[in-house]
Amino acid sequence: MKALCWQGVNELGVERVPDPAVLNDQDAIVRVRASATCGSDLHLIGGYIPAMQAGDVLGHEFIGEVVETGPGVRRLGVGDRVVVCSVVACGRCRYCEDGLWSLCDNGNPNSGMGAALWGYETGGLYGYSHATGGFRGSHAEYVRVPFADYGAFPVPDGIDDDAAVFASDAVPTGWMGAELGGVTGGDTVAVWGAGAVGQMAAWSAGQLGAERVIVIDRLRDRLDMAQRHLGVETIDYTATDVGAELRERTGGRGPDVCIEAVGMEAHGTGPQHVYDKVKQLLRLETDRPQAAREAVMACRKGGSVFLLGVFVGLVDKFPLGAVMNKGLTVRGAQQHGQRYIPMLLERMAEGALQTRHLATHTMPLRRGAEAYELFKEKRDGCVRAVLHP
Amino acid sequence: MHWLAKNVALTVGVAILRFMLRAVERRIAARGTRPASDPAERWLAVTVNAAPETVAADPQVRRLQDVPGLKVRLTPAPGGRSTEIAARFTGDALAGRTGPLSRIAGRDPRQPVRRALRNTKSMLETGEVLRTEPTRPRTPGGRFMAALARRSGGEGRL
Repeated sequence: MKALCWQGVNELGVERVPDPAVLNDQDAIVRVRASATCGSDLHLIGGYIPAMQAGDVLGHEFIGEVVETGPGVRRLGVGDRVVVCSVVACGRCRYCEDGLWSLCDNGNPNSGMGAALWGYETGGLYGYSHATGGFRGSHAEYVRVPFADYGAFPVPDGIDDDAAVFASDAVPTGWMGAELGGVTGGDTVAVWGAGAVGQMAAWSAGQLGAERVIVIDRLRDRLDMAQRHLGVETIDYTATDVGAELRERTGGRGPDVCIEAVGMEAHGTGPQHVYDKVKQLLRLETDRPQAAREAVMACRKGGSVFLLGVFVGLVDKFPLGAVMNKGLTVRGAQQHGQRYIPMLLERMAEGALQTRHLATHTMPLRRGAEAYELFKEKRDGCVRAVLHP
Repeated sequence: MHWLAKNVALTVGVAILRFMLRAVERRIAARGTRPASDPAERWLAVTVNAAPETVAADPQVRRLQDVPGLKVRLTPAPGGRSTEIAARFTGDALAGRTGPLSRIAGRDPRQPVRRALRNTKSMLETGEVLRTEPTRPRTPGGRFMAALARRSGGEGRL
């Protein structure tokens, strides 16, 4: 089959790879109908996330049709149109039972690698390095889906593929940030990053009762999109001092909940950005945490900061003093999608949640490398490119 | 002025010497009281989301209990939600086989124990041990990564 493969740092290409097969009884094979580019893929492509191997298939946000099931699959059947959570999780360990699916004990066969990086292994992820299991990704014609009964969800009729695909990752990630960030009625929520995940976090915050939601980015087209589709306030950080702007808009208090949806390759302005770029280039820090720093500093006393953006290792100049002295709650996670996807698909089917606008570009799989170039450089207003095999 | 500088230098010199001596004393004292840190003496453990009687009846757990020189302990986890399985080599079963070279060569006897503990947990909780697709490494970096992946199930913290 054809698949978009990582061939080395900043090198992608469509290759022929072996068709996937059922390796475990609880596997299903899914024929991919649509697979989205994600900002976190850029960290893999750029070599910032370790444990990639030339020939690895990228992609973790996808929708498809079940074409084969292992003998242990009970709930799914051939022909089902399913959205598959980007996290591979068993559904029966204590973490899964507690709703913390991305921490699954049994979803990552390469457990020693995750333990070496983070102290304990996490669950698996599709197309996301060998530290998270080495599972082949979804920018391909077919994907093997382990623990299929727990990770694949039938999609209601009436939601088209290019909208439903975001229920795989961007929407549940955003929802998780707002929910576990503790958004509640009357809150003011600030979201760093107006990409698909940031927009979905902003929407989710509104659904959970936030009275005001403010989205921060430098890309005018994304901010306009958030304003137009979600009715949120925006801040262009290249045009103003974000901290001062937030203080002014919140009566001097700061936002109740700050959601960071940017991750380890944050852009910014001023000497802090230059400092992070140089340190990351010299491998003296692995991640550029400028948005996370800003979120911590801007958050109100006793507020909550949630890290949705992907970080992999070590950062420098992190304002830990602000966390302690302001009494902040800081949390983060890869998404616990299995916990939210059925509810979110229902909301999509009811028309309460619109995601189609996020797919600014749809392209055939064979143009995958070009899609990532467009997406990385944010050309032509690209928020997400969706690939069709 | 000259005698003043001489006295200050002497005082500072003595203070530095005293500080160094105390540091050495502290280090020697700590060595005497430090708990045994030989990794071979540590229990390797996983917590299984199943009742102790289910775990005790599992054939893989019984097989572990039959490994010569391996002591296996089953304990209900706090809160009564799960069961801890812990294993430790006793006697000289590990003698000379646990250094970094043994680990790199994949000959450390604790590696198969870690793997067995993880696999047992997965079988008990899910009914299967998840496999990953084979890769076809084509660069030196890829071959290194593939070797790491093959080894990782027997490594890491338990």
